[in-house]
Amino acid sequence: MSTHSSRLAARLMVAPSVALLLIWMIVPLAMTLYYSFRFYRLLSPDRTGWVGFNNYLWFMNAPDFWLALFNTLTLVGGVLIITVILGTLIALLIDQPVKGQGLLRILIIAPFFVMPPVAASIWENLFMHPQNGLFSAVSRGFGAQPILFLEDYPMLSVIGIVSWEWLPFATLILLTALQSLSSEQLEAAEMDGASAFSRFRYIILPHMTRAITVVILIQTIFLLGIFGEIYTTTQGGPGSASTTLPYMIFKQAIVAKDIGRAAAGGIIAVILANIVAYFLMRGLGRNLDS
Amino acid sequence: MARAQSPRRRLITTLAAWAVALIIFFPVLWMILTSFKTEASAVAMPPQFLSADWTLENYAEVWARSDYPRFFWNSVVISIGSTLFGLAIAIPSAWAMAFVPGKKTKDLLMWMLSTKMMPAVAVMIPLYLLFQRLGLIDTKFGLVIALMLMNLPIIIWMLYTYFKEIPGEILEASRMDGATLWGEIIYVLTPMALPGIASTMLLNIILAWNEAFWTIVLTTTKAAPLSAFIASFSAPQGLFYAKLSAASAMAILPILILGWFSQKQLVRGLTFGAVK
Repeated sequence: MSTHSSRLAARLMVAPSVALLLIWMIVPLAMTLYYSFRFYRLLSPDRTGWVGFNNYLWFMNAPDFWLALFNTLTLVGGVLIITVILGTLIALLIDQPVKGQGLLRILIIAPFFVMPPVAASIWENLFMHPQNGLFSAVSRGFGAQPILFLEDYPMLSVIGIVSWEWLPFATLILLTALQSLSSEQLEAAEMDGASAFSRFRYIILPHMTRAITVVILIQTIFLLGIFGEIYTTTQGGPGSASTTLPYMIFKQAIVAKDIGRAAAGGIIAVILANIVAYFLMRGLGRNLDS
Repeated sequence: MARAQSPRRRLITTLAAWAVALIIFFPVLWMILTSFKTEASAVAMPPQFLSADWTLENYAEVWARSDYPRFFWNSVVISIGSTLFGLAIAIPSAWAMAFVPGKKTKDLLMWMLSTKMMPAVAVMIPLYLLFQRLGLIDTKFGLVIALMLMNLPIIIWMLYTYFKEIPGEILEASRMDGATLWGEIIYVLTPMALPGIASTMLLNIILAWNEAFWTIVLTTTKAAPLSAFIASFSAPQGLFYAKLSAASAMAILPILILGWFSQKQLVRGLTFGAVK
């Protein structure tokens, strides 16, 4: 159905969004690249000049760098594992004929509507706070010392908060996938004596591959840039125990007012995102064709 | 895949499902409860559930101390504005990619999605400087542009998956009947695509409402939406749990209610074409 003229019209219709996204991507990226090779500190405005790769060398030799890189990947990986596994289990549970499914869905989707600063502050103050939080009340109820979540287990706490925010998304996509599975196939398998586990492994799981792929793809995109939750709760601490790459860049730019080095960090973060994107598309892209 | 089950098993799964749902919802519920307690009652140990001193004082005080209506209005304008603007640009693109696909269409879609992987913090300074140069700092228009571009890949992706579901034969038939390109879009495609467009719109209003990075970086006072309102609220006031909870509730309730009412469309939209 694609005549020559409709092809041309199609190109023209795609052009504005491609052009806008190109500008949106390339202009800030080019500026960041430029600053990353310059001496540019807001506190010493008179000094300028090219510094070669010094900003990059400084950033990569900074004591926090490898930890920040590790924390970034831990955060993305941890949240993905938790949300996909819990999401699958919850979807399997809710897919059973339970009473009040509509209301159940409403309760489960709620965290998705909570903006990140609010989510982080609810967890930090109302739950994890060592004096007034609900968790500390529970610990005391059992006669134990309150757990210092954000002090002693900062990364785990942040992963927990972010997982809570993303669990509805994973659960609902996986649930929708489950509901499109025909029950005849499962019944047939059951009649043939397939165990619950093998029904899951050989019928349900393959059916959900595409949905799981989309969950991983979309969540990774949002998780790589996680910032607000850390800023509100741990501020990257204690020390730099929960500093991720985006947070480290933020500190360099806003606290140290060192734009050059922060820009070098920004370029490193973009490279990291591209590496992750490459492997994601490689590994998962073929699940999306069908 | 509903299947027959024994009543006992049905009771157990119902109870388990409700327990899980209540655990997931509990933090929101607890925040709403806390927002109606007095400050003393909010931090009382052991925590008070039904025996608390209930009050509306916190809402009155947050309302009096900050210009809530302005923040609210900014949120509405920015999230709806950026979504409509995004749709206007995305609908033709997604239409073309779905119905006149080329060899590179899939790669183009992936590239668009990958632009979202660029960490916002990495390009914060250049974008701030650009916006400053263009006079867009602390303007609603500036935020509409920024959030539109931020969510454009998601909008295009979602619309593309919806449009692909529309059978091409219908278009061919309408073309046989002499429909022009625009006639085809307005009279044939749009009615069929309307549910898809509606769920795309809903999801993007929610994403824009909850965006809390660019809204804080690019605004100061005039154009600041509710995400900036809540950030300013938790910082200088110290730990006043009940008031913080009231402010939080005021920031999320509008979108929570919208989300709850449109839950069905939204869930369908969320699947990003993952479920055929």
